[in-house]
Amino acid sequence: MSEVWLGYLLYLIALLTMGGIYSILTVGLNIQWGFTGLFNVGIAGFFAIGAYTSALITSPISDQHLGGYELPVAVGFISAMIISAIIGYFVGKLCIRLRSDYLAIATIGVAEIFRLILKNELWATNGPRGISNIPRPFENLSQPWSQLLFLAIVLAILFFVYIVSQKAHHSPWGRVMRAIRDNDKAAEAIGKNVEKFRIQAFMFGCSLMGLGGALTAHYFKFIGPEATEPVMATFLIWVMLIIGGSGNNLGALLGAFLVWTIWSGMEIFTAQLPPDWAVKATFLRIFLVGLALQFILQKFPLGILQERPPKRD
Amino acid sequence: MEFINYYFIPGLVLGCIYALGAVGVSLLFGILRFAHFAHGDLITLGAYIAFFFTSTFGLSGLLSLPAAILFSIIICILIDRFFYKPLRYSPTVILLISSFGIALMLRATVQLIWGVEIESYNEGTFSVPLKLFDTLIIAEKHIYIVLFTFLIILIMHYFLAKTTMGKAMRAVSDNVSLAQITGINTEKVIIWTWVIGGSLAASAGVFLGIDTQLQSNMGWDLLLPIFAAAILGGIGSPYGAIIGGLIIGMAEELSSYTWLGDELPLLSPGYKSGVAFAIMVLLLIWRPSGILKGKVF
Repeated sequence: MSEVWLGYLLYLIALLTMGGIYSILTVGLNIQWGFTGLFNVGIAGFFAIGAYTSALITSPISDQHLGGYELPVAVGFISAMIISAIIGYFVGKLCIRLRSDYLAIATIGVAEIFRLILKNELWATNGPRGISNIPRPFENLSQPWSQLLFLAIVLAILFFVYIVSQKAHHSPWGRVMRAIRDNDKAAEAIGKNVEKFRIQAFMFGCSLMGLGGALTAHYFKFIGPEATEPVMATFLIWVMLIIGGSGNNLGALLGAFLVWTIWSGMEIFTAQLPPDWAVKATFLRIFLVGLALQFILQKFPLGILQERPPKRD
Repeated sequence: MEFINYYFIPGLVLGCIYALGAVGVSLLFGILRFAHFAHGDLITLGAYIAFFFTSTFGLSGLLSLPAAILFSIIICILIDRFFYKPLRYSPTVILLISSFGIALMLRATVQLIWGVEIESYNEGTFSVPLKLFDTLIIAEKHIYIVLFTFLIILIMHYFLAKTTMGKAMRAVSDNVSLAQITGINTEKVIIWTWVIGGSLAASAGVFLGIDTQLQSNMGWDLLLPIFAAAILGGIGSPYGAIIGGLIIGMAEELSSYTWLGDELPLLSPGYKSGVAFAIMVLLLIWRPSGILKGKVF
């Protein structure tokens, strides 16, 4: 295979890998927002919790940070999900009974607090320099195979996540969620424990966000406090879900891959510009994506693939 | 005295800046019924508009304030017209998402025009602090930040309490449908709310720029304490927001004072901004309506 083709192939694989990871995050948000109407703007926080959890327990021992147990990556993934879900539980317990604005503010708070901890607790997280040497499965294989197999892992997890959340959507549980989202008073009146169901959905979503964070950390073999930057980790995921169609799992996947392709495609274009302009172009990119979000919110608030409640049999 | 010079006065100054932001958030919440997530970045924008005047015309930060206020008001009204107004009858959560997008668009605009480097107004950084009663040291800029905040708040109070528009605003905040029945033009009220919110945000940005430096994410970092202040004061209540802002600002600065004797600060200064969050969490558990009774949703 010639160099050029290998380059294209690697680019395509990278695109699909990140697209897949973003899809998992978007499905997580879809469970919270699309199914249940829970407004989480602290995705970055849960993302970082998952990423650091998995990074700390799977990486080789180091005097720069906590952990270093060299546990298998799969254990890292599972722990990331569990820890994120536990923190999600406390956040949910605290403010899920209040109006969505409060949950929004509290989730931003979680993300900001977590960023503070990551920056300040040098002994545990190595501060702003982050954690490197995070193992990536199959990293010892030769060029396209290593990347290809990691992509396979991501897609397999995504497939599994999709099936589970699709099942959840069609189950009686999913029906309760939609009932709560559309009219929580009525749901309560027919005897559903609204708070309990909301917390469940919130935890479910948070665990997927933690998983997405863990996958990203292992993919880049590095994680630093910038992971909690709200642009990449929170904003982009919201744009993906809104454009794809909230409430629809397939829409979430479509939105994630579509927005990620456009987002990184713009990068190819801006990389051609002179360095001064290339930096500015990054901000222009954020601005344009923001504008696209406003357009979709006003003109197509239901997204590309609209929610289709399962038929009654 | 060290306590007053290095903890109390900075706390008061920070509290004033928070109060200016929190009043805007609280008023907007009262009228438009959504938490305005772009408020922090509105503050950044105000600070940078003033920076444009200080850097091109050599004005001081304080003299650029009127221009910053004027342009911020115009931008607020335009944002409302093009982005929030079309969503007026959508669920408020849609407005939340929209304002989150606006926040990042505003910040991207600032970064696009002014870059990401740290800037400052051409204030004399070397101005000698005033020394009162031998031991009380206070920087001149701190005195006028506090004085101007009180002046701005007095003007706002006069507006809300005495003018017809101010009364209409309080009526809409209380009950939209009832206000509409009595013939109040809600769109006009909304525009005036942006006039107040925008000018207070610009003032907060300029004061923060005078007090410290300009940075493209300075406003985003204020978002959490400002929301905490608004909730603490009872969301929807502008007077509560002032008290809330002062309390949060004080609490943040005083948290790193050596309360326990010894050399150790009570809380490592790196966690200052965590204080606002902690206060907010406690409030959400015990008293979501805040100190002055606000609305609970």
